[in-house]
Amino acid sequence: MSKTYYDPADLRKFGNITEWSEELGTKFFDYYNSVFQEGALTAREKSLIALAVSHTEQCPYCIDAYTKDGLQRGITKEEMMEAVHVGAAIKSGAALAHGVQMMNKVNKLDG
Amino acid sequence: MTKLKTQSLHKRESELANSNRQLEILSNGIFKSGELPKFKDKITEIGQFPLRPKKLEILQINLGYMCNQVCSHCHVDAGPDRKEIMTKKTMQQCLEVIKNTGAHTLDLTGGAPEMNPNFRWFVEEASKAGIKDFIVRSNLTIIRANKKYHDLPEFFKKHNVHVVSSMPHWTRGKTDKQRGEGVFDQSIKALQDLNAIGYGMPNSSLKLDLVYNPSGAFLPGNQASMEKDFKKALLEDFNIQFHNLFAITNLPISRFLDYLIASENYEDYMFALVEAYNPAAVANVMCTNTISISWNGWLYDCDFNQMLDLKVDSKIKHISEYNEDLLNDRNIVISQHCYGCTAGAGSSCQGSVA
Repeated sequence: MSKTYYDPADLRKFGNITEWSEELGTKFFDYYNSVFQEGALTAREKSLIALAVSHTEQCPYCIDAYTKDGLQRGITKEEMMEAVHVGAAIKSGAALAHGVQMMNKVNKLDG
Repeated sequence: MTKLKTQSLHKRESELANSNRQLEILSNGIFKSGELPKFKDKITEIGQFPLRPKKLEILQINLGYMCNQVCSHCHVDAGPDRKEIMTKKTMQQCLEVIKNTGAHTLDLTGGAPEMNPNFRWFVEEASKAGIKDFIVRSNLTIIRANKKYHDLPEFFKKHNVHVVSSMPHWTRGKTDKQRGEGVFDQSIKALQDLNAIGYGMPNSSLKLDLVYNPSGAFLPGNQASMEKDFKKALLEDFNIQFHNLFAITNLPISRFLDYLIASENYEDYMFALVEAYNPAAVANVMCTNTISISWNGWLYDCDFNQMLDLKVDSKIKHISEYNEDLLNDRNIVISQHCYGCTAGAGSSCQGSVA
């Protein structure tokens, strides 16, 4: 057993998830692959969204996968960093917006 | 972060300048332990071993390893310090072959083929043979490198040469990182020179294609999507037009192998190549329709085998004894680097194959 929770080599084994539940695993990967096809959004745009979400979810596998995916698509590091900032802005904004709840509570209890 | 080297592996006396050492690396480690299957086993599964040639379509001639650039991923290990260039005598032997070949495409490469002092004479003579598609692989910067090369676009036009040029990205930073400082600006100027006389323009018969190969340890994206992005960016930013983009996978040999090992990306890259193995690409790999001729006249299944010094498995091994029928009756020599040509949509000097 690995002594760390994350092993980069495990990313290659992601497909093995299907071995212990073929039906659900196959459904997941079919869905996943369909999501990333060209559609109303380009596959390139979807790759950048995935990169931003990978960061807000703090998933190291996803960050590795979508950084590489971006490079393969010719996406520049400037574009990638802007996408990461979009994720970070929403994440921090979401935290800060809860400040209104705190203000409401203060006003109610101590207004 | 890798820093661009200014000398070839040969000049640096790197152990990877030795093709046997490269082949050892490609056969040991993860392939010897069985973590990854050997290329031979993969193509045996689909009944393609031994790999055999189809009709010969392309004669690719390497006029020498001398180049004005030292690109970080060059599979030729080319550079200004490489002195191996084709002699006029070997060129004459090539001309005899060109006159009689059944191939429809002649593909001159290097190094920078234009640096061979007999390059223009050879092009003039070869163009008389009436080959349908006459390609010169030009690195673009050579056109701007010295006054004596400034008229190359006109020379290419005069002989109806099809120009194929490397361009790793539409941005300066990524291009210069791979090919050297200032390469992007010089390449842009050269492309504008070529456009100015009609090369690459819509409906022009003067063909100008670009070659994209990734700047690091990752595979190329979809060729059609990359072409769309390249065309949009080069037109908007520099008013440059071209015909097709060929997306080529970096094969794990020579300077790219050196880079993979030094950056600790070798195993991941080999896993990525094997995972992306596409059986449908095997039938159309370029070694099935190409003969590669080295600067000193030896014959190979492809330019990559040439750099690994894996000569054709045939009685006919040299241009001086060339016999197309005998040569076509051979088994193609393979090793693990061949995974580079069967990954994803496949890869060849003419781009995707599947």
